[in-house]
Amino acid sequence: MPSYTAESREEGRARLPIGARTDNWWTAPLSFAIVFGLFVVYVTYRMFENAHYEVHASGLLSPLYSPLLPFKFEVNLPLLGQKMISPAIYILIVPMSFRMSCYYYRKAYYRALFQDPLACGVAEPMAKSRMRYTGERALPFVALNFHRYAFYAAAIFIFILGYDVLLAFRIEDASGVPHFGIGVGTLIFIVNWVLLTGYTFGCHSWRHLIGGGTDCYSCTAISRTRYGLWQKFSLLNSKHAQWAWLSMISVGIADLYVNLVSRGTIPDLHILF
Amino acid sequence: MREEITLNVYRGNSESGDEKSYPVKTFPGMVVLDAIHQIQASQDSTLACRWNCKAAKCGSCSAEINGKPRLMCKSRIEDFYGEDGKITVHPLKTFPLIKDLVCDVSWNYKKAEQIPPLTISPETPRPLRMQQIDVERVQEFRKCIECFLCQDVCHVLRDHNRKDSYFGPRFMVKIAALEMHPLDTLDRRKQLKNEGGIGFCNITKCCEELCPEHIHITDNAIIPLKERVVDDYFDPIGGLIRKVLGAKPRP
Repeated sequence: MPSYTAESREEGRARLPIGARTDNWWTAPLSFAIVFGLFVVYVTYRMFENAHYEVHASGLLSPLYSPLLPFKFEVNLPLLGQKMISPAIYILIVPMSFRMSCYYYRKAYYRALFQDPLACGVAEPMAKSRMRYTGERALPFVALNFHRYAFYAAAIFIFILGYDVLLAFRIEDASGVPHFGIGVGTLIFIVNWVLLTGYTFGCHSWRHLIGGGTDCYSCTAISRTRYGLWQKFSLLNSKHAQWAWLSMISVGIADLYVNLVSRGTIPDLHILF
Repeated sequence: MREEITLNVYRGNSESGDEKSYPVKTFPGMVVLDAIHQIQASQDSTLACRWNCKAAKCGSCSAEINGKPRLMCKSRIEDFYGEDGKITVHPLKTFPLIKDLVCDVSWNYKKAEQIPPLTISPETPRPLRMQQIDVERVQEFRKCIECFLCQDVCHVLRDHNRKDSYFGPRFMVKIAALEMHPLDTLDRRKQLKNEGGIGFCNITKCCEELCPEHIHITDNAIIPLKERVVDDYFDPIGGLIRKVLGAKPRP
């Protein structure tokens, strides 16, 4: 038997060509890198902009800046003077840590950004020159094991964003009197909230916590209830990647809509009751 | 469908080898294993390949077809040849080559020996009974035919050759079937975290994509096992809550 160590990684194996796959395996990692890259660039710009995130007359608050915090952090910068830190910077810690530790995103960015691996059966371009592979056992990736804590925080945000959806039904008329109404912004916020809820509660950690961690489902009434819940959340979980993509895009659209209405570029079409 | 295709088959052993081209006459419903058999019967009887059932149930005829690990008996040729009418057939890359398309997969059997079998308490009343809702989840893992395609495509074993530290997806599925079994009394989390090396898996899901039995290896086995390891090693608050609620310690 040959010994299997990282130093003899090719020992006894067939010397196969590196690029044997003939299909378009590169489309998935490339499309993730492009869409995710655009999202990150847009969110970073909006995060530092610290403006045009609220349309008070339509009850709209950008999901990147929600909730509105009752305090402000200011820093004294050497050349720029007293500057307020954009609240989006510390608000976005929660959704970003949830997404970055999410099991779906892990697959996508390990492939697209770290080439670890690029695609199934495609040789890793730098496998030999890299440091010894440690996966998620050493820093920084071992921190991804705390995904469930990011889930707890993200679940709180679902309730906060749900409150924002309710506020989006409160629309002011021309004289500034609030009415119950539905606008394009309200509909966008509803869709965004539904997609974010589907994504958040389709989480693998939640699926484990709600019932996946149980071995004997038939043993007690509680475990039977957990089995039912586990089955239902497993349905959501089976489309976790789709929920992840759609909710990421919907957050971008919701913020863009608030941004454009706030700037006066487009009107918020609505019906008042 | 083309009347004739070209099969580029890897010929060689652990020392050296190269692709060799063979023209193959096609017929409706032909699979790659048929083409290999045709080469053996009419062109080169020294071509070595391992096969048994030709029904995608024995897991013997694993190979890399156009660079992707597949069962040869389940791969229709029309799904693989392009405009040039060529298909490449290589042996599994992750395991040492014996000859042509036959690899030495005995490492897997050594790993299997390290996993303690189902351990039922002697106090559990006999005959043993399981309810259907308890059977369903572990039943999926029992579909495994041990073709080792998941082991072959796993980049931890394939590109990084961490066979010294990680059991691989096949044995994560095996451990999942035991760990989630309601009658099993062993706690397998320590083994998963240490010698099993579950932390090496970075959830890239290639094993799940290629499984010919469509077992949700990552979603239903590896990730739930990772979460169980998190319960014990990375969740101090959850651990405290379990302690306060008086949860029974695992054996």
